[in-house]
Amino acid sequence: MRYADAFQIQSDLAAERKQGRGVDHLLFVEHPHVVTIGRNGHERNILSRAGMEVYESDRGGDVTYHGPGQIVGYPIIDLREWKRDVGAYVRAIEQVLIDTLACYDISAHRIPGMTGVWTVAPAVEAASGSTQTDAKIAAIGVHLSRWVSTHGWALNVNTELRYFQSIVPCGLTKPVTSMQALGVHADPEEVKLILAHHFGKIFDFEMQAEPAMETVLV
Amino acid sequence: MTDVVMPQMGESIVEGTLTKWLKKTGDKVERDEPLFEISTDKVDTEIPSPAAGVLGELLVQEGQTVQVNAVVARISEDGAAAAPAAPIPAVPAPEQEAPKQEAAPPPPPPAAAAPPPPPSQPAPEPVAAEPAGLLSPLVRKMARENNIDLSKVTGTGAGGRITKDDVTAYMKQPAAAAPAAQASVSTQPAPPPPTSAVLVGQAQPTAKSRIEPMSNMRIKIAEHMVMSKRVSAHVTTVHRVDMTRVAKMRAKHKEDFAARYGMSLTFLPFVARAAVEALRTYPIVNASIDGTNIVYHNEINLGIAVALENGLIVPVIRNADEKNVLGLQRSIVDLASRARARQLKPDEIQAGTFSITNFGSFGSVFATPVINQPQVAILGVGAVEKVPVVIDDAIAIRSQAYLALSFDHRLIDGALGDQFTGKVKSVLENWSEEVL
Repeated sequence: MRYADAFQIQSDLAAERKQGRGVDHLLFVEHPHVVTIGRNGHERNILSRAGMEVYESDRGGDVTYHGPGQIVGYPIIDLREWKRDVGAYVRAIEQVLIDTLACYDISAHRIPGMTGVWTVAPAVEAASGSTQTDAKIAAIGVHLSRWVSTHGWALNVNTELRYFQSIVPCGLTKPVTSMQALGVHADPEEVKLILAHHFGKIFDFEMQAEPAMETVLV
Repeated sequence: MTDVVMPQMGESIVEGTLTKWLKKTGDKVERDEPLFEISTDKVDTEIPSPAAGVLGELLVQEGQTVQVNAVVARISEDGAAAAPAAPIPAVPAPEQEAPKQEAAPPPPPPAAAAPPPPPSQPAPEPVAAEPAGLLSPLVRKMARENNIDLSKVTGTGAGGRITKDDVTAYMKQPAAAAPAAQASVSTQPAPPPPTSAVLVGQAQPTAKSRIEPMSNMRIKIAEHMVMSKRVSAHVTTVHRVDMTRVAKMRAKHKEDFAARYGMSLTFLPFVARAAVEALRTYPIVNASIDGTNIVYHNEINLGIAVALENGLIVPVIRNADEKNVLGLQRSIVDLASRARARQLKPDEIQAGTFSITNFGSFGSVFATPVINQPQVAILGVGAVEKVPVVIDDAIAIRSQAYLALSFDHRLIDGALGDQFTGKVKSVLENWSEEVL
């Protein structure tokens, strides 16, 4: 689903929640190639557009890439009814991702001060002499309005990682990785179910599956 | 007058960056209408207005980081123009009534965090408003901590405002100071350590400086440069190269080149061609280090440093050893122009095995370039200049340039570094390819 269409759905659900109506949602999306610029990002960090759409997004964080093979999760949640705590919310999302990856024998961790979920990947271009390096497997960027969340995370399942190179200068940042790059060939549908399971557990929600929105939209 | 404060966003959140004002000074705002956006820990939050009224002066600029409960603006409910107030420093001392933050690092010592406002501020129009509106957070904090009745302090700041200096001067008066000073000594704990937040600059704007956050690219360049200097044992060797033969070749083909291919022929592709020859001869210069292993690269992928408006990037000529001078010049022009237009494809900035930087084009004679990690050497090309030289006891005019090779002494010994650079020199001085 296109980024703009998914954003519209998020906005509608969030508007409902802000008025105290509706229920909390967790949306799963896969976007076509798109580069989005968060509130802390700058367009000049995009090195190459190479046929990609570019959106300025109201989520936190810098420039990122979304594309096929990536499971994007958008929780639309009224955090007043949860903990009213931005930090706790982000840490909880990280935990959902860490627990999900653990189901695939991928050991993931946090890096203090660098929100997102990280794994230890063998360094392809080890410059520092070490043979292992932290690589980001899932990115997080959130927007809150009246404690209702939009945006969320992007987990690389079998994303083509080279597209990330179009947004950061070569080798000037920590690398990005995917489940596939770590040797795990997961079925995206299964990953979504596992994510939803852990999400329900950590946020103490009862999860209910809904039909795919895309079919409704067309 | 209602203070608009940076709200408490969670237990571990002590500060946030004001990313965007959604309203401007003088705008009418409704209660609960989104007023500004705060970014904390990858979360962007819209902050609603605490009251209805007219938005006064914005005390915090977009991009500034402020602590929880810092006043970022004021709203006047009666619709009158809000009183101007001192802009608050980037990380002001938090208000005392701030909720207890157990997980939070203690605030920085006030002296370091909040110097007096710059003296050069334009004098605001005197406006009838409650005195509190004219006080900076620092002054209020000082008054509170030292039990000073501010109504007894004479303000000398713009519009009669009480400044930090006024409070200090008042405290030095014997009558006022004695009890207050004692109180502050006996009740104040040892100054807490500065906040551990790394990204918050402690620099404060003064009349003689301006503070601007780095762009992301700048941050990454900075990290990479320092990392490279830390990782590699940088040594630079400089060889003087007679470029006369190449200059003649260039002169001979220049017009033809421009007419036929629509681009100028520079010295750079000749140097690149010579470097490729030398890399073939000394493959270890084309290698990289992985732990205690040496990784030899079968391909020669030449990185060419390109200066951008606000930074630099090193696009890569893949398989540079398969290209002649024409092909190299074409690639250089193409990569450089697309780098400046930010249209490089992802794989065009990857997998470089050796880099060349042409600081000569900016007039530099020679420099000591920083290695582009994880490569082990970089060749810097100085300006080609006509100079008098002694040849067989006669003085002649020759085109000359200095070539500087920075190499990683962990892998490349001095002798090898000079052999490599000597090979580049030799190819250039004895240029033999008639066809470019």
